[in-house]
Amino acid sequence: MAKDTAGDAFVQFDRVQKSYDGETLVVKDLNLEMPRGEFLTMLGPSGSGKTTCLMMLAGFETATHGDILLDGVSINNIPPHKRGIGMVFQNYALFPHMTIAENLSFPLEVRKMGKSDREEKVKRALDMVEMGAFGGRRPAQLSGGQQQRIALARALVFEPELVLMDEPLGALDKQLREKMQFEITDLAHRLGITVVYVTHDQTEALTMSDRVAVFDDGRIQQLAKPDQLYEEPENSFVAQFIGENNTMEGIVKEIKDGLAMVELDGGEVIACKPVNVSKPGDRTRVSIRPERVEYNKDRIHDNAQKLKAEVLEFIYMGDIFRTRLRVAGNDEFIVKTRNAPDQMRLKPGEQIEIGWLPEDCRALDA
Amino acid sequence: MSASTNTEPMLSADGKPLKQSLARALRRQKIRALLLIAPLLAFIFIAFILPIISMLFRSVENDIVATTLPQTVAALQTWDSSTGELPDEPVYAAFASDIQKAAKAKIHTKVGLRLNYEQSGIASLFKKTARKAKKWDMEADGPFKEKLIDIHKGWSNVETWQTLKVHSSNYTSGYFLNAIDMHKTASGPEFQPENKQILLTLFGRTLIMSLAIMGSCLLLGYPVAWLLANLPMRHANLLMILVLLPFWTSLLVRTSAWKVMLQQQGVINDVLVNLGLVADSARLVMINNETGTIVAMTHILLPFMILPMYSVMQTIPPSYLRAAKSLGATNTTAFWRVYFPQSVPGIGAGSILVFILAIGYYITPEIVGGTKGVFISNRIAYHILRSLNWGLAAALGTILLVAVLILYWAYDKMVGIDNVKLGG
Ligand SMILES: Nc1ncnc2c1ncn2[C@@H]1O[C@H](COP(=O)(O)OP(=O)(O)OP(=O)(O)O)[C@@H](O)[C@H]1O
Ligand SMILES: [Mg+2]
Repeated sequence: MAKDTAGDAFVQFDRVQKSYDGETLVVKDLNLEMPRGEFLTMLGPSGSGKTTCLMMLAGFETATHGDILLDGVSINNIPPHKRGIGMVFQNYALFPHMTIAENLSFPLEVRKMGKSDREEKVKRALDMVEMGAFGGRRPAQLSGGQQQRIALARALVFEPELVLMDEPLGALDKQLREKMQFEITDLAHRLGITVVYVTHDQTEALTMSDRVAVFDDGRIQQLAKPDQLYEEPENSFVAQFIGENNTMEGIVKEIKDGLAMVELDGGEVIACKPVNVSKPGDRTRVSIRPERVEYNKDRIHDNAQKLKAEVLEFIYMGDIFRTRLRVAGNDEFIVKTRNAPDQMRLKPGEQIEIGWLPEDCRALDA
Repeated sequence: MSASTNTEPMLSADGKPLKQSLARALRRQKIRALLLIAPLLAFIFIAFILPIISMLFRSVENDIVATTLPQTVAALQTWDSSTGELPDEPVYAAFASDIQKAAKAKIHTKVGLRLNYEQSGIASLFKKTARKAKKWDMEADGPFKEKLIDIHKGWSNVETWQTLKVHSSNYTSGYFLNAIDMHKTASGPEFQPENKQILLTLFGRTLIMSLAIMGSCLLLGYPVAWLLANLPMRHANLLMILVLLPFWTSLLVRTSAWKVMLQQQGVINDVLVNLGLVADSARLVMINNETGTIVAMTHILLPFMILPMYSVMQTIPPSYLRAAKSLGATNTTAFWRVYFPQSVPGIGAGSILVFILAIGYYITPEIVGGTKGVFISNRIAYHILRSLNWGLAAALGTILLVAVLILYWAYDKMVGIDNVKLGG
């Protein structure tokens, strides 16, 4: 199975498993293929095995089972220093006893590059991250964001085709992080490098990546483009993990014409799009995004699924209104509506009717 | 550095120089901190600084001749010691009067002993003379020149008078000259006769052996410290206990154990002979010489090398080595270029600690050193406890102290003392 796809995948995990202690599997049956030039993000809760996957790819941990292929060649037995993979560590790992320029020229020196070539490349790499004036400083004399850029420059200076980054922006404040997110993606696309990026910030994952792999419990729960991931989550973990989400539990009554009729635990029957339910009687968790629900009569579509609701809380957030409702016995049903001139402003205690399109409501695994 | 280096001093809001305002703001904090450590400072001053000062003083102090024999010292002023002729009657008369007073006050032996360090035999000369001199009548019994020479022919020896004159000043460089195998003579400082020169050799040996001990501690300790810092917690704890174990055993027991191990009929020789590696007739001599001292002291000082290195290595995150490897460095390059430089502060701290401890070590060389493996500190102890030549002991101690300070200074110049870290 691995062999026939190996030709076009640049990085490939083939049924990889990893256990540290011989008792529990930290990574369970990981299969992943990345084409050259892709920016792929591994996203998942703490302890889901993201760093472990990265370390196996970099060669600092060995896979307990399975193959990791780089450009079609198994790298299981290649030591880290021969893999030629650039890496940005979470704490940057800039060598404190060397200046910035020495840090950058280190990978070139160990490749036995001549002095003038080295200086040339170091200068180019520093200019690339707009740090040209800082070559003589020590890492401790730089701010967090500057260190981050140097770490990036150091991982790129020897022109690796694959760069791994483990939560490189974790230590930065929000503004700087957003700026760096842009700089990293921009640089990656300009240089055409393949990037595996680890984060547990979903916004970062959605905005930066070509594809996102959502990890949980040592498995990839879904691997998809950001918009797909958000709009078409394949299971309730992904639906819960990415963005805000309203869920209600129930049992499938029947499936017909591409719609599943679900009887909620509160007794109401609603129409949903079946995603991982297959037959009547299946228990399901239906999921709907807060911004896909309307309560303004003019905006509710004719085909909409309608339900009664009671307003519990109405929060004015400037650009949007965030309303908490009781719907079918669920007190945590959230609706987000745009602050438009014709938008209703609700009061707690009001009885209203809400509606959504059946295809926006997904019947997922329970 | 930055382009904005201004020659004008920075001013704070009230127009005063910023440096001044800062100093004022910090002053109270400093005073409070000082009060907290005041008891310790007082203790250190009384129990450590004062004794050192008094020791320094003792190494040059020499008022015993001048206070016990004041008239003689005054009379000797006019005598030219370099002619080789004996002094005249007034000097002899002054001495007779001085020694009689000293004998009555029973302090003549002390001055005799003091001068005996410089010229052996003087102590007995003084004793004999004083016994006779007690009965003299100073007015009637002159002239004293013949009388004294009658008692002991030492008084007809020019050297005796030269020694007296040379050591009659209140302060002397004599102890320091003695400490470097020289002595004061009428014609200036000279080296002692060959057979009495031992101290310079001892200083040299102390330095070289301390360096050797430091080196072997470093070689043996570095891998242990590395393991301590990098093993999983459970194993590291066990290893730490093994490192600290020697601390829980008496120094004497450990040193004596090395005697058992290293002696010619000892464990190591027996094993080597039984294995056929060494002939029974050619058992190795590993104790009561330099080898014994180096082996035993390396063992005893090893923890002082390991612990500072460990605490520094512990702060080096493993991600540095990983980063180096991901950048293409082999294990060896990664170690030497990235790990080792960061562990240098620990090496510096451990080495200074071990070297300074070694250079003043006393018990271990005394027990396992024999005659060839003893240190200068053993000689100091000898002069304090046996020969009671405290002045010389003080001079030796002072030289040792200065040598350590010079080495410390040199280290600071070469490596920089801020590069020494005991942890954190
Ligand atoms: N060296 C190790 N020895 C034993 N267990 C480990 C080791 N490293 C990680 N683990 C375990 O493996 C699991 C996955 O860890 P990993 O570091 O890959 O998580 P992660 O997804 O990167 O989490 P985070 O977002 O917190 O960085 C965790 O349960 C962790 O306890
Ligand atoms: Mg991690």
